[in-house]
Amino acid sequence: MTSILQVKGLKTTFFTDEGNIPAVDDIDFHLDEGEILGIVGESGCGKSVTSLSIMGLVPNPPGKITDGSITFQEEDLTKASEKRMREIRGNEISMIFQEPMTSLNPLFTIGNQLIEAVKLHEKVSKQKALHRVIEMLKVVGLPRAEEMVNEYPHQLSGGMRQRVMIAMAFICNPKILIADEPTTALDVTIQAQILHQMKELNRKRNTAVMLITHDLGVVAEVCTRVIVMYCGQIIEQADVNTIFQSPKHPYTIGLLQSVPDIREKRSRLFSIKGNVPKPGSIQKGCRFAGRCEQAHDRCFAEDPPLYKGDGQGHQVRCFLHESIEEAHHVEDTITSP
Amino acid sequence: MSQVAENQSPLQPSSQHDEVVSPWLDAWRKFRKNKLALFGAITVIFFIILGILSPWIAPQGINDQNMANTLQAPSSSHLLGTDDFGRDVLSRIIHGARISLWVGFLSVVGSIVMGCLLGILAGYYGRWVDTIISRLFDIMLAFPSILLAITIVAVLGPSLQNALIAIAIINVPNFGRLIRSKVLSVKQEEYIMAAKAIGMKDSRLLMKHILPNSISPIIVQGTLSIGTAIIEAAALGFLGLGAQPPQPEWGQMLAESKAYITTAPWTMIFPGLAIMLTVLGFNLMGDGLRDALDPKMKH
Repeated sequence: MTSILQVKGLKTTFFTDEGNIPAVDDIDFHLDEGEILGIVGESGCGKSVTSLSIMGLVPNPPGKITDGSITFQEEDLTKASEKRMREIRGNEISMIFQEPMTSLNPLFTIGNQLIEAVKLHEKVSKQKALHRVIEMLKVVGLPRAEEMVNEYPHQLSGGMRQRVMIAMAFICNPKILIADEPTTALDVTIQAQILHQMKELNRKRNTAVMLITHDLGVVAEVCTRVIVMYCGQIIEQADVNTIFQSPKHPYTIGLLQSVPDIREKRSRLFSIKGNVPKPGSIQKGCRFAGRCEQAHDRCFAEDPPLYKGDGQGHQVRCFLHESIEEAHHVEDTITSP
Repeated sequence: MSQVAENQSPLQPSSQHDEVVSPWLDAWRKFRKNKLALFGAITVIFFIILGILSPWIAPQGINDQNMANTLQAPSSSHLLGTDDFGRDVLSRIIHGARISLWVGFLSVVGSIVMGCLLGILAGYYGRWVDTIISRLFDIMLAFPSILLAITIVAVLGPSLQNALIAIAIINVPNFGRLIRSKVLSVKQEEYIMAAKAIGMKDSRLLMKHILPNSISPIIVQGTLSIGTAIIEAAALGFLGLGAQPPQPEWGQMLAESKAYITTAPWTMIFPGLAIMLTVLGFNLMGDGLRDALDPKMKH
């Protein structure tokens, strides 16, 4: 399978009064054609900044891509002009946001805004555009499409609005869809429907999806591959089964343990102790070391690289997994006091 | 297939198939319920009609002098009396409506256009653009507005047109600051990011998303400002810096009649009342518009 998007050494820094904050710090990943890649992590770990960097929409000032490349179909997006980026946005790469309630302009009808999305990239008549809009609304499961084009955002429910946003994102047949927590603001039943819809469109149109979420249930449901981010870095990367069956990084293990199990009776839920450190506050060593139960001296002194482990594409940023044999050895030494 | 979906879809709001209400129509409905605002609007409309139809409804010409009939008290032949040249006060007030409303309306439109342009640029682009424009507004607001207007008229020369320009200029910072602050909040909205994410140009984004969503306080402020602009025009007229005699501008009429305040008070009372009623009308209408357009102001 060929990669449609290659991110190499991407660094996005926010220059604020309190100093420079590296929200995304040297990340590498790729997105294959037609796959659904999940990016998980807690709030503030750099998931959203990663997606905004790809779209070229990092708020500037204070943010800026300071290093690295984002290659989309042999074109480096970090070097593309604003005009070129506008052509790409919506047409080649589109994006869905977290908050469906506020993602639509309250003053214009649904139809008006969707037609606009078509006409930005294609020279078609209003009639033709409207026709396509109605068709697309039906594709995303809105059967009242003909009436809905004349309605205002406040007349629709959150789930319906998110479907409208999906319609808007897919209407120009993009090659990549970046979905930034598309279901976080919705209730669970609607969540499932929206995810199903996205998966269906991914399958039918072969659109690669980058799904940003902090919900591991969502990842298990739809993703083929998972990237775990922590404090601006990728700390583990593997296909979805590997992540859930044999996670390696202590953070990933902790995340998976925090998911409550319906079959288990527990008075208190598991949680990883401590809080996510502020990006940029840790200068030396592993960023998770302060919260890691298996941390040893080396973790605080050196920054662990991303180990390419077993050759199956499972990568992990932890000294415990420098090599599989060594990892066991190290684990033994720290568990015995 | 679509029927199945319609029956099963939990997204369907039940029985919500009534007419589509646009945000503007909704505002109009709220406005209509407000009696005081409606009274204000009717007053304003009354004066507008008076102004438009003035050449036909005024009983006499504005400059028809009658030296035998100077300073007559109100009577059946001169409903509001006559002034020191024997001119019919009612006719002059009716013609004056056209001038005052025209000055009020045009100067406010001028202020809005300039203010919106500067305010949107300042709010949207921020940084040095914002610094320059905002400081400019601060400097202008540091002057008493009437003093600034007098200065501008003094430079341009006294005439109705220059008074209009001066009033437009002194009100620019009010609109500019208002729209700047609104743009600052609107540009954080997610639909702005969503519009950028479908590849919209800055210019289109400003016109289609930012401006329409920032405009409602401007409409309110604009209506209220027409009242103030009329007063300012009258003040400049009173000082001899606006409309020149024999133009029947209300402030100018006040100035001309100030010598007769004890002997023929109607020459002063009626133009003053006309100013007051018009301004009151605009203020009531403006308040009503604010309540109708601002969802947070529900009582």
